[in-house]
Amino acid sequence: MNARRDQGDAFDAGRRNALRAAGSGLAVAFLWTAGMGPAVAQMSPRRQAADAAAAAADGNPAFAPNAFVRVDADGAVRLVMPAVEMGQAIYTGISMMLAEELGVGLDQIRVEHSPPSDALYGQPLLGGGQITGGSTSTRGQWQALREAGAVARETLVAAAAAQWHVDPTSCSVARGVITHVPSGRTLGFGAVAEAAGKLPQPATVTLKQRKDFMLIGKPMRRVDSPDKVNGGTQFGIDAKIPGMKVASVITSPELAGTLGKVDDAKARAIPGVVDVLRLDNAVAVVADNFWLAQRGLDALDIEWKHGVNANLDTETLIAALQESSRNGPALIGRKPKGEAAADGKLIEASYISPMLAHAPMEPLNATVHVTPGKCEIWTGTQVPTRCVAEAARICGIPAEGVVLNAAYLGGGFGRRLETDQVEQAVAFARQVGYPLKVIWSREEDIRHDRVRPLYFDRISATLGADGKPTSWKHRITSGTVLGRWAPGAMGKDGMDSDAIESAADLPYDMDNVLVEWVRHEMPPGLVVGWWRGVGPTHNLFVVESFVDELAHAAGKDPLEYRRSLMKPGSRALGVMNLAAEKIGWGGQPLPARVGRGIAVGSPFGSHVCAIVEAEVTEQGQVRLRKAVVAIDNGITINPSSVQAQMQGGLLFGLGAALYNGITLKNGAIEQSNFHDYRSLRINEVPELEVYSVESDEVPGGIGEVGTAIAAPALTNAIFAATGIRLRRLPVALAQLAASPDALKRVAAVGGEKEDVA
Amino acid sequence: MVTLRVNGEDRQVDVPPDMPLLWVLRDVIGLTGTKFGCGIAQCGACTVHLDNQPVRSCQLPVSAIGDRAITTIEAIGQTPEGAKVQQAWLAVDVVQCGYCQSGQIMAAAALLARVPNPTDRDIDTAMSGNICRCATYVRIREAIKQAATGQQHGLQVVVDGSAA
Repeated sequence: MNARRDQGDAFDAGRRNALRAAGSGLAVAFLWTAGMGPAVAQMSPRRQAADAAAAAADGNPAFAPNAFVRVDADGAVRLVMPAVEMGQAIYTGISMMLAEELGVGLDQIRVEHSPPSDALYGQPLLGGGQITGGSTSTRGQWQALREAGAVARETLVAAAAAQWHVDPTSCSVARGVITHVPSGRTLGFGAVAEAAGKLPQPATVTLKQRKDFMLIGKPMRRVDSPDKVNGGTQFGIDAKIPGMKVASVITSPELAGTLGKVDDAKARAIPGVVDVLRLDNAVAVVADNFWLAQRGLDALDIEWKHGVNANLDTETLIAALQESSRNGPALIGRKPKGEAAADGKLIEASYISPMLAHAPMEPLNATVHVTPGKCEIWTGTQVPTRCVAEAARICGIPAEGVVLNAAYLGGGFGRRLETDQVEQAVAFARQVGYPLKVIWSREEDIRHDRVRPLYFDRISATLGADGKPTSWKHRITSGTVLGRWAPGAMGKDGMDSDAIESAADLPYDMDNVLVEWVRHEMPPGLVVGWWRGVGPTHNLFVVESFVDELAHAAGKDPLEYRRSLMKPGSRALGVMNLAAEKIGWGGQPLPARVGRGIAVGSPFGSHVCAIVEAEVTEQGQVRLRKAVVAIDNGITINPSSVQAQMQGGLLFGLGAALYNGITLKNGAIEQSNFHDYRSLRINEVPELEVYSVESDEVPGGIGEVGTAIAAPALTNAIFAATGIRLRRLPVALAQLAASPDALKRVAAVGGEKEDVA
Repeated sequence: MVTLRVNGEDRQVDVPPDMPLLWVLRDVIGLTGTKFGCGIAQCGACTVHLDNQPVRSCQLPVSAIGDRAITTIEAIGQTPEGAKVQQAWLAVDVVQCGYCQSGQIMAAAALLARVPNPTDRDIDTAMSGNICRCATYVRIREAIKQAATGQQHGLQVVVDGSAA
């Protein structure tokens, strides 16, 4: 890994190198290898210092050539997953990459969660931490995991060839069986595992050509599907530890408020309530089961103490961001190459993107057992080693004293990149002797989310006589997730590369582009976090909405206008043309109050275009009629996973754009559950088609791409349907009504909503 | 003491009469396939069957159950509709994180028991109470149609990866 270098231009060289490794063109991003110094851990396909202990702890397999492959004497093949599974199908993708080279079918392997270890499972694109996020897993592991499979295969073949006294190159491997081709003799992996374990590792391995792939490129069934359809999958919340008690908690609803007096007499009187535990800002009721704990919590008489946020509300916060936007200081994310044209038509706009909660289906939870010198944890997390470090810190013990038992994640979306709920559970559990399962109610989950930042954007462009922009200026103002979460990865100048991703690296061929970021410190207690799609989700909304505005100002069709700004042959143009062709852009005229919106971008090392067709009723209700997504993610590992991530990711983003915004009143988050923080439901889902561009480029990210491109395609469709430009999310229905009279009609029928179950 | 008939077995549980079935299943009996998602009957993750009817177990006090038969995700594969739904779910690989899928499958199995060949509107009506944050809805619809008709809907996944 390269140490950080001086900045040559807008992007520093280290980031560029990391990106080259990730197969991305110019995208900056959730990649920060360069900032983390020279001692970056990264996964290796070969045996490492820490491997012997890890393999011994993992059932001491006969053959464990690296951190990922275990072959037992009975021939069982177990694959250890460096990333975590939260729905994105990475366990399947990882298994395909390993199994492809190892020479087994996916029906022949078992997958295992990895133990916490940066040394063995560090993600090279994220500074070497064992982190699942930023759509980096496939990009960061594509080479190493195939090599790991090949190292294992070649060692097993060498063992078989030695036993037969033949040349290893005369042997082939398929479905866990080694065949000496000339004689037809065969040996299973299990039969040579012991011998292979004693052989030196191959100095070099040859990876398969793409044309020889047996698994990669096929729509393989997820390795975790069977247990997920019969209730068998163990999520963190399902932990069952002998002697365990269950806690329900409440943290000061006012962010950064603290706990005052608690009268717990009524709670303690409930049979089955075991304990009432306190922290500086929270209280927990412990009981034999979660329902009793909740009843106990409801029975508490709690006095909260106000803190610095007592008067904080959303509009105050927006005004503060606007003030920062005006006064800077602004850091430069991209400098113009040319000089601004002297005159032309100036178009200006400002946009507001709301705070968002993650609301993964599995409410946050952690089970913790603290004993002298030891802390054992059961939870699903995107950051296992961070959980270990935090638990050690809180308990005042070395990290070696912390055991983390991994579980499947019932959704992540970035929420489980945080350790706050684990830290709180450890802080409560160290007050008691028994294993303690702490579950956050959905209300706690939303009221104490680490929200997607609020953004305020000012953007302008000057259009030349041909309608094309001769200058482009974009100033982003926000809090910083990266600056808190990985401060070492911030630019030397203080730049947050995530805040400008997909704003600084536009798919359009323009020279005179200025992109700036103003850091606005959020109030204490209002902690901003990674939300699916991170920086690009916000920037693509602004950029692609504004390009639409420019097309309109220039009197051009939005598709043709974009085409005129893109380099011929670019991958972004490729996906846009494909999506336009599939939906039949410019073909049949659409009915009244129906419109199509287009959005294109290149986030996470992939290229994507979404076209949404929406109807806006007279009353301002938005109905999604159809959506087409075209994706170029380089070489596809599993086409089924790509389709699923594009479908789910797009709908996740459309639902958020339509319904979601976290707001504050008196320092507290106003939303609390799915009734006031709505999620898209099946009856609202449009006809949805996903198309892929065949590509030989290295794999790009997939998990967040659909989400990142969703909002602008929707708001551009709404503009096409109504002529109303939405510059603030979520979509405000009242703004879209055909007339005040139409709104009165809906009020008269009593606000009936047939689309709410 | 309350007697519940769960997946064909009688279970004696010593719980308050107003305790919701969800927590009796999860924390007392130890059947954790049924999930907690919202606690206010908004998300459907806790869906189980009472005499083959889908109900939200997070809002159902055990005292209201009486002698009705409770079926959970752990046993739904023993019913004809449940088995068909699970098979279709695997064939089109519906699941992502999987946390809501117990509830989705329980709702889908109940739908097929009532309406063997549901229309899109039937599917909307029966399934719109079940939230999936991963938004697997496109494949849920395809899998229900596949389970109902036996005909393929949507992309079919490959299991073993042997030579094509």
